[in-house]
Amino acid sequence: MNPTDLTAVQIREQIGKGSLSAREVTRAFLDRSDRLEPQVHAFLSRSTEDALLRAQELDDLQARGQSAGRLHGVPLALKDLISVRGMPCTCGSRILENYFPPYDATVASRLLAEGAILLGKTNLDEFAMGSSTENSGFHATNNPWDTRCVPGGSSGGSAAAVAAREIPAALGSDTGGSVRQPAALCGVVGLKPTYGRVSRYGLVAFASSLDQIGPLGRSVADAALLLGVIAGHDPQDSTSAVEPVDDYLNQLEGDVRALRLGIPRELPTEGMDSDVLDSYRAAITTLESIGVESVEIDLPTASHAVACYYLISTAEASSNLARYDGVRYGFRAPGQNDLHEMYRRTRHQGFGAEVKRRIILGTYVLSAGYYDAYYLKAQKVRTLIARDFDRAFQRVDAIAMPTTPTPAFRLGEKLADPLQMYLSDIFTITASLAGIPAINVPAGFSRDGLPIGLQLLGKHFAETTILRLARAFELATDFAQRRPPLD
Amino acid sequence: MPKVTQKDVERVAKLAHLELSAEEKQAFAAQLDEILTYAERIDSLDTEGVEATSHALLRDDAFREDEERPGLAREEVLRLSPSESNKGNGLIRVPKVLP
Repeated sequence: MNPTDLTAVQIREQIGKGSLSAREVTRAFLDRSDRLEPQVHAFLSRSTEDALLRAQELDDLQARGQSAGRLHGVPLALKDLISVRGMPCTCGSRILENYFPPYDATVASRLLAEGAILLGKTNLDEFAMGSSTENSGFHATNNPWDTRCVPGGSSGGSAAAVAAREIPAALGSDTGGSVRQPAALCGVVGLKPTYGRVSRYGLVAFASSLDQIGPLGRSVADAALLLGVIAGHDPQDSTSAVEPVDDYLNQLEGDVRALRLGIPRELPTEGMDSDVLDSYRAAITTLESIGVESVEIDLPTASHAVACYYLISTAEASSNLARYDGVRYGFRAPGQNDLHEMYRRTRHQGFGAEVKRRIILGTYVLSAGYYDAYYLKAQKVRTLIARDFDRAFQRVDAIAMPTTPTPAFRLGEKLADPLQMYLSDIFTITASLAGIPAINVPAGFSRDGLPIGLQLLGKHFAETTILRLARAFELATDFAQRRPPLD
Repeated sequence: MPKVTQKDVERVAKLAHLELSAEEKQAFAAQLDEILTYAERIDSLDTEGVEATSHALLRDDAFREDEERPGLAREEVLRLSPSESNKGNGLIRVPKVLP
């Protein structure tokens, strides 16, 4: 049995019954990662020695008849925007190149408390700003299905590492689609939970009214397993929700036949790839064939979502990123005459082009004379988008949409055109603005053999519903069985 | 409405304490203009009487007792600073504040 063929749920089972040790599993993933990283470049840092030591400790614990918990011996990777004590946290930015957080994010401490082994930190667009992981201040990541293509972003390192089976599962963060879009482009499962479902304590902030941490894995069950561990109220994050957490994993196989699935009557099909559209239609037929009832719905404001999102998220980002001033942590530009010059130079040298662009755009829309026309107007439009969903969810239990308008694009293809890059988020942004949960599940391949994803959106805190639907779809199809041509 | 000029970019960069190169100013002015022109589509929506959403799900009960809680160790936090001479004195050194 090759441990790298197993999902997190399967690894936990095999270790539990003694057929594999945590050390064997960890070694296998580290070896595979050593072999594939020169092609994929998914990681920014790895903690080989610490991971093997921890695996040994977990094996010793099991030898004494004990289990650390629900993730005993499961190797995981975290997007390098999630703080772990003793590991670097660069956020993909030169401005935090040598930063080691002095505390654990709540999600990290919850994973560790359940026996997970953290193998490393994955690549991302700088401060999660991007849709291709090309904005990383360190290096690009390649799509395991075609290394000439991007893995999507901003959690492109996590998605690529999972797709390449360098890791069974990982965490990313999703502000406008940064878990779901790379999951779609890399052919894996990716879930953005309801806003507030998962604590963000220790997640470096990008746009605070939108940011949410979510799991990526090769099966729906792995997403359910990880969500069950990381979800729940945290006194350290005042925006975290107090709603009770479902047993997502054990409720996964529920009946979906009575569910009503909303299909948007009008999709912005302009610029949409015909293979994606075909896969989307086929996916709806598949869901209907297993007893789901499809219902046409209207989301009249959805076509304004990208505009709304880039006004709100950049405004919030310009404020959140004011903290990088070269004083308390991170990079400081050397040899400056006065404090303000030091700020300006530090930020000039420490930030990459996309981050600067968004700080400028966000500061512009918040500045005197423009605030009402852009920022406040966008916040009102956000209300209209949320109302669209409220109305639709009176009639349906979930909504199906494509996750992305196209399969993975070529490295460099959209770098010179920020607006085109932003428009690749067109289907993921609406759920972010409304704060509802949404999941990507593999739903086909383009004629070039690149993965295509289906997105299922649910009501606030109805993660169980979309996980069940995604699981039923996964059972009815074999897209998750195919492997990238790496070996 | 937009016609973002390099002067606008300079004004905003100053507010954001961000130095930009000449090439960046030129590129950002053109790109911001394109992005904001695209964003103007939201003007066509009637938002009269619509309240603004600042958070998707805003809790209004997220209060806790105002009690002392342990924080991070002072020395550990000070060690994170790129300041050259903060060793041992509990201070972070910065260049002079008044030019």
